[in-house]
Parts: sequence; C-alpha cells; structure tokens
Amino acid sequence: MKKYILKRLGLSIGTLLLIILILFSLMQLMPGSPFNDEKLSPAQQERIRDHYGLNDPIPTQFVRYVGQMVRFDFGSSYNISKDTPVSELLKTRLPVSLGLGGLAILIGSFFGLFLGLYAALRHHRIGDTIATFIAVLGVSIPSYVFALLLMYVFGHKLDWFPMLFNAKLGFISYVLPSVALSVSAMATIARFTRTEMIEVFQQDYMLLLEAKGISRTRLILLHALRNASIPLVTVLGPLVVNLMTGSLVVEKIFSVPGIGQLMINAIQSNDYNIVLSLAFVYSAMYIGIMLIVDILYGILDPRIRLTKEAKND
Amino acid sequence: MTKSNVEFQAREIRPEDASTLFPDLKAEDFRMLHEGEVSQMDEVYEVESFWRDLHLRLRKHKGAMISLYVIVILIIMAIIGPLTSPYSYKEQIAKHESMAPRIPVIEKIGIFTGKETIQGRRGPIELDQYSKIPDGDKTYHYFGTDVLGRDIYTRTWMGTRISLYIALLAVLVDVLFGLSFGMISGFYGGRVDMVMQRILEVINGIPSLVVVTLMILILKPGLLSITVAIALTGWIGMARMARAEMLKMKNREFVLAARSLGARPITLMYREILPNIFSKILIMSMFSIPNAIFMEAFLAFIGIGIPMPMASLGSLINENFKSLTAHPYMIIPPVLVLALLMLGFNLLADGLRDALDPSMKEL
Repeated sequence: MKKYILKRLGLSIGTLLLIILILFSLMQLMPGSPFNDEKLSPAQQERIRDHYGLNDPIPTQFVRYVGQMVRFDFGSSYNISKDTPVSELLKTRLPVSLGLGGLAILIGSFFGLFLGLYAALRHHRIGDTIATFIAVLGVSIPSYVFALLLMYVFGHKLDWFPMLFNAKLGFISYVLPSVALSVSAMATIARFTRTEMIEVFQQDYMLLLEAKGISRTRLILLHALRNASIPLVTVLGPLVVNLMTGSLVVEKIFSVPGIGQLMINAIQSNDYNIVLSLAFVYSAMYIGIMLIVDILYGILDPRIRLTKEAKND
Repeated sequence: MTKSNVEFQAREIRPEDASTLFPDLKAEDFRMLHEGEVSQMDEVYEVESFWRDLHLRLRKHKGAMISLYVIVILIIMAIIGPLTSPYSYKEQIAKHESMAPRIPVIEKIGIFTGKETIQGRRGPIELDQYSKIPDGDKTYHYFGTDVLGRDIYTRTWMGTRISLYIALLAVLVDVLFGLSFGMISGFYGGRVDMVMQRILEVINGIPSLVVVTLMILILKPGLLSITVAIALTGWIGMARMARAEMLKMKNREFVLAARSLGARPITLMYREILPNIFSKILIMSMFSIPNAIFMEAFLAFIGIGIPMPMASLGSLINENFKSLTAHPYMIIPPVLVLALLMLGFNLLADGLRDALDPSMKEL
C-alpha cells in the first residue's frame, strides 16, 4: 500500500510540474516585454531586467516560478482589476465557488443516492424506467439549461428566489445556483448507484442475510448501500470536472462572484495572469482530489488494495 | 462483410434408417448406444453480418430506436433546414426584431400565430409584430427572430450542423488516435506500454477545462481551437479501453495462428484483433459524442466558442438568454435541439451497450 501511495504521489507531483512547465512556457512565448518604453536606454532596460531576474538562465527562472506558484504568489491582474494581486482576487472569490460546489455535491449525492436506490429496488419495473430516464435526462442536459429553467420558473414566474446572486441575502441566493449545479452530479451518482446496487443484490451474502431474517431496512441501508457506495468514490473525479465546467456557466448565469466568472472574464479580456493562475488552481484541485480518491479507494476496499498491490509487485 | 449462407443439416442415424441401408438386418437388431439420447447434434446457424445482427439486437431497445430516429431527423434537418428558409443565418433584417414564431397552416389552429403576450406597465399586452411590417401577412419566421432580427429557425439548424461536425470529429479522434494509441500500447507491452501509460496518466491528470482554455489562449477562439481542444482531450477513454481489450486478445489462438503464418504486427492489430473488439469500440465512440457536443456548446455558451455571425447551439442559448424573461420563445429551439441531440446520443450509446456488451461499465 505504501508503495502504491508513493507512486501515486510521485505521478501527481509530476503532472503538476508539467502543468506549471506548460504555463511557464506560455508566459515565455507571449509576445512583447513589459519594459519596452522608448524612454529607457538599453542600459536601463538591462538593469530593470536584472532587477526582476529576467536575465537569469531559463531553468533558474522556472524554479523560481514553481516556488511562486506553490506559495500562491500569482502576480497581479492586468485588465480586470488593475494591479490587484491575483491571490487577493482569489481570496474573496474562492470561498463562494467552493461553497456553491460543496452545496451542489451535498444535494447531488443525497438525491442521487436516493434515486439510484429507488431504481435498483424497482428493477425491471416502471419505477426503474422512470428513475433511469430522469438520470439520463440529468446527464444529457447541460447544467446551464437547468439553470435557465430554474431561473425562469422559480426566479421570474414564481419569484421565490432571487434571480441573481446577492451575497447580502445569504443562503437563499445559493439555492438556485447550487441546485442547477447539482443536477449532473445527481444524475451521475444515481446511474452509478443503480448499477452497483443491482449487482450487490445478486450477491450470495445478501441471500444469507435475508435467510437469517434481517429486516429489509437494515439489509438495504447497512449492508447493500454500504457495499454499493464504495465504488462511488471513483465517480468523484469525473464529478469534480463536471462541477468545474458547470460552475463556469452557472456562475455566469446567476452572476455569482466566484472563480468561474473570474475565469470567463479573464479569458475574454486576455488577462493572462489570471487565466494561468486559475488554470493552476483548477489543476491543483483536480489532481489533489484524484490523489485522495485513489488512496481512499484502496483503503476502503481491501479487495482492490490487494489486487493493486499484486499488480505493482 | 459479405453475407454467406452456410446451411448444414445434421442427420442422426436412427435404427429405422439402418434397415434401408442394410436390407437383411432388421430394426430390432440395432439399439441406440445411449438410449433416448442423441449422441451428437450439430447446429449451424445462418451467418449473420455484424450490422444485421446489431440491427436485430438494437430493435428490441425502444429507447435506442427512438433516439436513432430522432438523431436521423435532426441530421436531415441540419442539412436541409437552412435551405428551406428564405433567410440566411447571419442576415439582420431591419424591423424584423424580436418576432414571435409563426408557422403557416399551424397558425390556423391558434398556436404559432406570431402573436405574443408581453408584460407591459399596465398589465399584459398582446403584440403582433407581423402586422407592423409591410407584407407582414406573407412573412413567416418559423421559430421567430432574435433581438437583432435574425431568423432563429435558420440559425438553429446552422448551429446543429456545428454540433454534428463536433460529433463526427469526436468519433474520428477516438478511432484514429485513441484506438491506435491503446492498441499499440497493449500490443507491444513492456517498456513501450510503461512509457505510453505514464503519458496517458499525466494527460488525464490535467482537467480538460484547463486544456481547452489554454488552447483558446494560444489560438484564437474559433472552430480550429475547439477542434484541437477536443482532439487533445477526447481520446483518453478509448485508448484505455483499446489497451485493456488488446491485452485480453493478443494471446488468443487465432492471433498466434496469424503470427505463425507470418503476419506483421500491423496486420495482427488491424486485421485480426480489431474486428474482434469492434463492438466495444463502437460503444465507446458513441459515449464520447455527447461529451464533445457538450464541450463545444459549453465553450460557445461562455462566449469563447465559434465567433460571432456563425451560430452554434451554445452561442444561440447565450445570445438569447438575456431576453429570457421578455421573449422566452427565443431560447426554446436551441435548447430543445441541444437537449434532443445529447439525449439521443446518450440513449443510443446506452442501448448499443445493452445490445452488444452488457458487461461494459459506464465511464
């Protein structure tokens, strides 16, 4: 197990370094220099370049860049809010996005588990068909369509929730965006839970438990659901990707001041520093979560741990 | 694949037959070696071609068949739709701004009449833009027009063309790149496999959102950058599956037979093994279509996709959602077509998997 964790850790760090290398080379390839003011003599330009360390060999610069990235020192924004350090912008926006994402995962996993469980219990009956269709609908229809629908029905027609995000209103303005964001997560989890539950129900130990006279609720909740939910950890990776892309559009629609909206604005106004730092933040989050998922999976399910160890040796 | 009819009829020899073959022996002189059992029975079915077999199996899945029809209809509409409309997709017709949908014949039964009710300061007002323009009674915008006076019907089908192009692209990338990558990695094994798998894991570790945004930063937003972005990210799943299947297949007897006849690796991979994993490849490439369509529509929606006069389903939704509360009809056609496309490809892929290979898990 230790060997496996170390290997995964190495791979994750390697991937992160590669991403930083890509971002660094993009920075190098961007045309123009910040100091091409004509009033500066070549000697002065040279001194400024020296001051900012731009004359150092490229590898030295790269090492320094990695150091900055890891310490979340991302430089300043160019256009969006001039000269504000990017990390300052992130400090106010990241919690909003994380809150939205967290809420969406909570809603999504609760209803997803419920829907998947229901479909599995009604296997081959009409309830299963309906639940499966709802899940396919959730996977197929992009989250911004749901966002628009929710906005139109609950924000505009019924006027139960604010149409646009307003931090002063607190929790109530989180409701529509997080529900819209949770739909794809819900559908993915529901589909997965259904397949896993159907598989678990066919196992011999289920029959044994039933023969021993266990109550139906205990059987489902304690034994079936527990075994079925272990492989659920694997969907966490794709889920996070869904949430990242989803958050961009949902934040745009409800004008939520999160990092998704910042990313869109930065791309549209060519604010390279913000785009590159956000690319780093997104990648780091994704890689971190994938690492945790892989390790967690091994710990949760001894069967997998053993086969993985056997494969690695 | 050529269809060949092979028919065998297994005949069992019964004691009764024996008396005709050997006239001086009677039926009673014989007895069945295994009483009541037929010792050998050959059953040879007519050879079905792959596609015929697929059709027969898929026909049982109602959902998949309906989605297949929906997809075919959408493809036909994407081809002929823009041609059946008198308006071009980028033409902004003066005074035709924000007109409600109006369809000939159907307007007689009271829907799609070109009238819309909007919320005025003193309650709802019924508005008929068609009565305000010259030749209004002869003007028909099937899905209405947007705030700039462009025909939504034409634009929606133009956008569908883009989505279908992306679908085709996703399959091509999967088959040309992902498949070969996975097959080579699995076939050669050893160090080649090790290196190729590490490359795969590293690429898989970068979220596709980041790859796509960086592509758009380097190239300008447009069809090219989207194409490159999908080409870079879309093939991972297929490569993994192709490798796993290759590992299962490469030690089978028929491969050994071909190898001993002197087949080269490329023949082994593409002529011998590929046909045997074809159904899995078909399923996998179907699953990658909705993802690619989603990615394109997503980019268009956040405004970094196909640039302006060109329409894509995502950019149509983006343009028209600003007038969602005033003119909800504008956003319905692109949303509906996008949803039908995504749903159709997803259900078709599900049905294909159930028909061909139910053991395959969702990815």
